Amino acid sequence: MADTKYMTINMGPQHPATHGVLRVVLELDGETIVSSTPDIGYLHRGIEKIFENRTYWQGQPLTDRLDYTSGMSNNLAYCLAVEKLIGVEIPKRAQYIRVMLSELQRIAAHLLWVSTHALDMGAMTVLFYGFRERESCLKLLEKVSGARLMPDYIRFGGLREELPEGFLAEAQALIKELPGRIDEYETLLTENVIWKGRLKGVCPLSADDAITYGVTGPVLRASGVYYDVRKAYPYSSYEDFDFEIPLGTKGDVYDRYLVRLKEMRQSIRIVQQAIDKLPEGPIKADAPAYVPPEKEEVAQDMAALIRHFKLMTDGFRPPKGEAYASIESSKGELGFYIVSDGTENPYRVRIRPPSFLNLGSISKMIHGSLVADVVAAIGSIDIVLGEIDK
Amino acid sequence: MSDNKEYLDILSGKADGITIVPAPPGEPSAMVDKATIRETLDHCRYDRDLGFNMLVDMFAIDRNDGEERFEIVYILRSQKTNARITVKTRCGDEGIETASDLWPAADFLEREIYDMFGVPFANHPDLRRIYNPDDFEGHPLRKEFPLEGKDFDKRFVVDLEKA
Repeated sequence: MADTKYMTINMGPQHPATHGVLRVVLELDGETIVSSTPDIGYLHRGIEKIFENRTYWQGQPLTDRLDYTSGMSNNLAYCLAVEKLIGVEIPKRAQYIRVMLSELQRIAAHLLWVSTHALDMGAMTVLFYGFRERESCLKLLEKVSGARLMPDYIRFGGLREELPEGFLAEAQALIKELPGRIDEYETLLTENVIWKGRLKGVCPLSADDAITYGVTGPVLRASGVYYDVRKAYPYSSYEDFDFEIPLGTKGDVYDRYLVRLKEMRQSIRIVQQAIDKLPEGPIKADAPAYVPPEKEEVAQDMAALIRHFKLMTDGFRPPKGEAYASIESSKGELGFYIVSDGTENPYRVRIRPPSFLNLGSISKMIHGSLVADVVAAIGSIDIVLGEIDK
Repeated sequence: MSDNKEYLDILSGKADGITIVPAPPGEPSAMVDKATIRETLDHCRYDRDLGFNMLVDMFAIDRNDGEERFEIVYILRSQKTNARITVKTRCGDEGIETASDLWPAADFLEREIYDMFGVPFANHPDLRRIYNPDDFEGHPLRKEFPLEGKDFDKRFVVDLEKA
């Protein structure tokens, strides 16, 4: 063993900075990383397989458990794919509410990221402030769906139910308060000498590498690549909203931080516009074959009761075909490719998890940097192992 | 994704064995012969009028209908033109050639297909299982993989000698 030049160390799977059960095997020359191999699968539940043996309805709660920091976005992506398959038109009001809720979810997810990343880097204060605002966002989501993290509120053909009373006023109050709060985090971090010293120039990813590695979301945009599914392939009426896509220049960890903070400000703009422009009208599509009737109707009409029962127990049969739908979740492009063979169960559900492909670039990112920077790099790509391992 | 037809037309002129198949309600896709898939992907990546520099997703579907039962699907996107196309091919247990030198993203994605379907990719730099342990038996997303059975709820014991 005397002539061994490199040292191999094992980071994870139980490591506070890997945000879940991620293991990275590092090959070191002194303190410099020569090569690295991420090892995943500790949280693998076989969600794609479970999908194949459930009805379309029963698949929906599984999506909540993919990226557990943005349940609303996951619901939306799955619903868009199924709706494409069954071909229903979603009412404008439902589309706007979907946009509003997924942007609130994005703010919550980014707040979680800023807080935990600051904690990883040794700045504990931000965590307490960040979690306070995140809690306000989650309270709003709880108000509409009944659950903080697993909403299951966006359903095929629209929404589960109408927004609760007073929701818009509360959302408005939060949106008014948030820009000031984000300013507060910025005073704590953006120009902080230690923060800049720890993050600037650390683990950069060039634009070309980011594209060919399939990286999406804030990590891609920090490298200066203009790609956001909301602008590139608008879904759910995003074309009606006026917002900008923040871009970075160097693609280092500091740029990823800046991009996420700017994105939160854009999300606030979108929520504000959705509140202002929210149209009146139904929240469910007029498609009796796929969309269950309202609760009141079920209580009064025998036919509606039977239809509800049949939909919930047997499920529905979409026509044969394939559909791919993707959204911009807080981590990047989240896509669902669903193959239907005309039965109640999907033949194949493919989930394109953004974190999985983002993690694929980690070896490239940390090559040649120091061990201490691995924590910064893993934190900066904002991985959620629930989504990577499926 | 609505204007992807013109890119499919350009692509079908580049190599042999490409047929454009409709897949309603989704977009049409290019079904490529196994023999020319590597050449086709090369055109997709490097030809100036195509230039699909991003591999959005790559996965397999187990059609379970004979010798060439696995459908490998590539979703490609061009950052320059914002076009997005779907390219497919069929293969059996013998697998196809890797695309990880064209798009490094395929490294992880092919490992996932190998793990879940048992489709090997020739010339892949590091073809190992990605989710399941190395000594796991079977490929979970194949249609014949049992959902239950006499051993399905048994504890999985890691063989330390092998690992």
